[in-house]
Amino acid sequence: MSREGANDVPPVLSVEGLRKSFFGIEVLKGVSFSLEAGKALGVIGENGSGKSTTMNIINGLLMPSAGTMSVAGKPYAPSNSQDAATAGIAFIQQELNLFENLTIAENLAIRKLPRRVSWLPHIAKGEMRRQAIRLLKEVDLDIAPETPVNRLAQGERQLVEIAKALSGDARIIVFDEPTTSLTTREATKLFSLVGRLKARGLAILYISHILDDVRRLCDDVVVLRDGSQVDGFPVAEATIPRMVNSMLGRPLSDLFPPRSGRKRSDRPVLDVRDVSQPGIVSGIRFQIMAGEIVGIAGLMGSGRSETARILFGLDPAATGEVRVQGQLVAERSPRACMAAGMAFLTEDRRGDGLMMAEDVLTNMKLARLADLARSSVASVPDAALNEKATAMAGSMRIKARSLERQPVRSLSGGNQQKVVLGKWLLREPAVFILDEPTRGIDVGAKAEIYGLIQKLAEQGAGVLMISSEFEELFGTCDRILTMAHGEIVAEFVGPDFDRASVLAAAMQPQPGVA
Amino acid sequence: MPSSTLALKFAILRAAPILLFAVVVVLFSILSPRFLDVQNFANIFTQSAHVAIIAIGMTFVLLVAGVDLSIGASMYVSAAVLGLYLPQLPAAAALPVMVVIGALFGAINATFIVGLRVAAFVTTLATLFIGRGLALYLSGTKMVFAGDAVLAFGQGSFLGISLAVWLFAVIFVVAYWLQQSTPFGRYLYAIGSDRDGARKAGIPVRRVIFAVYVLCGLLAAVGGFVSFSQIAVASSTFGYQKEFAVIAAAVLGGTSLFGGRGGIVGSVFGAVLIQTVQNGLVLVNANPYLYPLVISAIIFVAVLLDSQRTRVLDRLTRRQIRLEPATDGGKRAARSGT
Repeated sequence: MSREGANDVPPVLSVEGLRKSFFGIEVLKGVSFSLEAGKALGVIGENGSGKSTTMNIINGLLMPSAGTMSVAGKPYAPSNSQDAATAGIAFIQQELNLFENLTIAENLAIRKLPRRVSWLPHIAKGEMRRQAIRLLKEVDLDIAPETPVNRLAQGERQLVEIAKALSGDARIIVFDEPTTSLTTREATKLFSLVGRLKARGLAILYISHILDDVRRLCDDVVVLRDGSQVDGFPVAEATIPRMVNSMLGRPLSDLFPPRSGRKRSDRPVLDVRDVSQPGIVSGIRFQIMAGEIVGIAGLMGSGRSETARILFGLDPAATGEVRVQGQLVAERSPRACMAAGMAFLTEDRRGDGLMMAEDVLTNMKLARLADLARSSVASVPDAALNEKATAMAGSMRIKARSLERQPVRSLSGGNQQKVVLGKWLLREPAVFILDEPTRGIDVGAKAEIYGLIQKLAEQGAGVLMISSEFEELFGTCDRILTMAHGEIVAEFVGPDFDRASVLAAAMQPQPGVA
Repeated sequence: MPSSTLALKFAILRAAPILLFAVVVVLFSILSPRFLDVQNFANIFTQSAHVAIIAIGMTFVLLVAGVDLSIGASMYVSAAVLGLYLPQLPAAAALPVMVVIGALFGAINATFIVGLRVAAFVTTLATLFIGRGLALYLSGTKMVFAGDAVLAFGQGSFLGISLAVWLFAVIFVVAYWLQQSTPFGRYLYAIGSDRDGARKAGIPVRRVIFAVYVLCGLLAAVGGFVSFSQIAVASSTFGYQKEFAVIAAAVLGGTSLFGGRGGIVGSVFGAVLIQTVQNGLVLVNANPYLYPLVISAIIFVAVLLDSQRTRVLDRLTRRQIRLEPATDGGKRAARSGT
């Protein structure tokens, strides 16, 4: 880069005019940036903007069609992830690369298990342990290296993964959405570690949807859109509106739709009374009125998702009752809950929500099949269902080449989420539980999802929305319940929420526990 | 409360094979006075040596989430070739010959599984039939007799312990070292836990899996050698359905069919347990037609235990959110509640 022209030290990583085509379609149209030691570069962009492709090229998983890369001034053309590791580039992916059945020490050393003598493949366990202790100290994790990884919490696992990166003498660490599965406290710990890594002279490439984090951690920001690099600026200029505008290519006047035109009735559609399950939740009690959007705020591990799972009959509850539209749901099973008029959008759309190999229409029709084929031998009125599902897909603006042929797997995250939503909307549920409805979805699609949620409430459904993004709850909910340690600890009524007090409520410790 | 009862459940599931062993020993010692003889236990170990040896190879295969159904065929082919063409070889040469044939057999499996990516289940089911068919063809379906030197191995002992058990002991020590203290052993667990992740971590996944099937075929032939030396003939039923006993031994000992969990110590224990049951049935003069029923019941229990262990383990590792004031079992909750 010309900016560094006067400087003697070449950038740790420099990427010049990177291009990539798949089957003649160019998905990356010239991306260039450079990364300096001791600095963090944030890479932001919507899903499908080319972030993943760029990272995969750097990681050696994809070959660029054009463009060059260099590491510390030397040409760098990796052909696999091993080459990337050799060049000192470590990746902390969303999905961690740890072996749960091995110990921390083994995981840290797995790439090159130390030997006492070179000709005998005998692992030097003492040496492995010493290495592990040293690395764990660097990431400030005070756990015995003999502990199997499957005993660790998510945040601890990530620290082990970072320690692993340090063991390979990495000079560049690439973080890909590192905070999505962390509790706030774990994330704070991670951020301070990133700060220390920078201070030690490591270069950080930080990819995230959470723009606040990018602003907090990074020195410079690069924005990708549709495979092109559209913007780049130092963090001092990186205001949220500017970042959002660059990512979308248009000003997003308001991410959240207005709350107008919605009347709250006094008729409760969901009535939860004293639901408890030992070790999980205690005394959960609240109501949702028709047309109301209620949010559950809480840190990870506060019991938010568990509450949703219990309400929908996926997990057992020892005591308590749930009423939908005044009717007691006697049998606690997803089937009974669906019959009563509940719908549930799971946190994990890949795992629970979608048949990835099937097309959009097949997926959308799934939730409705059970009703239409009440007597299980009667044939399903496919034409009518198809028509409804197609209309739904149209009104949701699902972007797919073909609703009937393209497998859902190949849709973007936002469109996949719309399919799941559409599937449940076809049921016209009275109560809609949404668990992290916008996780891993880009800003543009998020706005559309918020609009759909709003529409749902306008039609008279009660919505329970669980999210780890507080802004999202503030922007969409009429009321927010805050959970901590498996209890509802506070209730806030909108539309104007006090960010600080909601956060404070979420952070409060369980009384009587150190 | 649920955490502690779950933990208890898991402890019981883990200990179930040992409890089963205790029940079997008590039951048979009541039914037959000869059962508790030292000599009888020596017999049990000698008779279970071949299953234990093969179970070691099978354990490695299961650890990488594979399976080898063709071990009986490997046993039969290697024994038939030795008996038909090289009957007069001394034991010290006969064993390597069988080992080479078994390793070749395993290499064929490995080529299909690793090279051509055919499912292990299908590949080894096919080679099971091919191997048995080949051995039947070579022997003209007639019995094949072991040479004198091989027979002598089967009768031989050293320091009052049969040579079969000595051979097993040597293999066990080496295999245990492989499993616990070499990169190869650690790679087995890594691959079983996350094959794709193992590849990304630079583990030579394909080479390791190849080696595992070769090792399994090889150890099957060693087991075949021991069995051949003990029963002196390889008829058309030699090694027949041995895969069931071997897989049952491994699973009874805590090795998971889903990969990544278990180890050879448990598998050897499982092999001894199965042989103890068989031995006891003989001593109490049970109807021989009952044996398959009893053995299959044990296999059923083994697989049931495995799936229950997996289920309970899943639930155990689920996070606890709050500390219930009235109960103990809160250590986990306190850890993850932070």
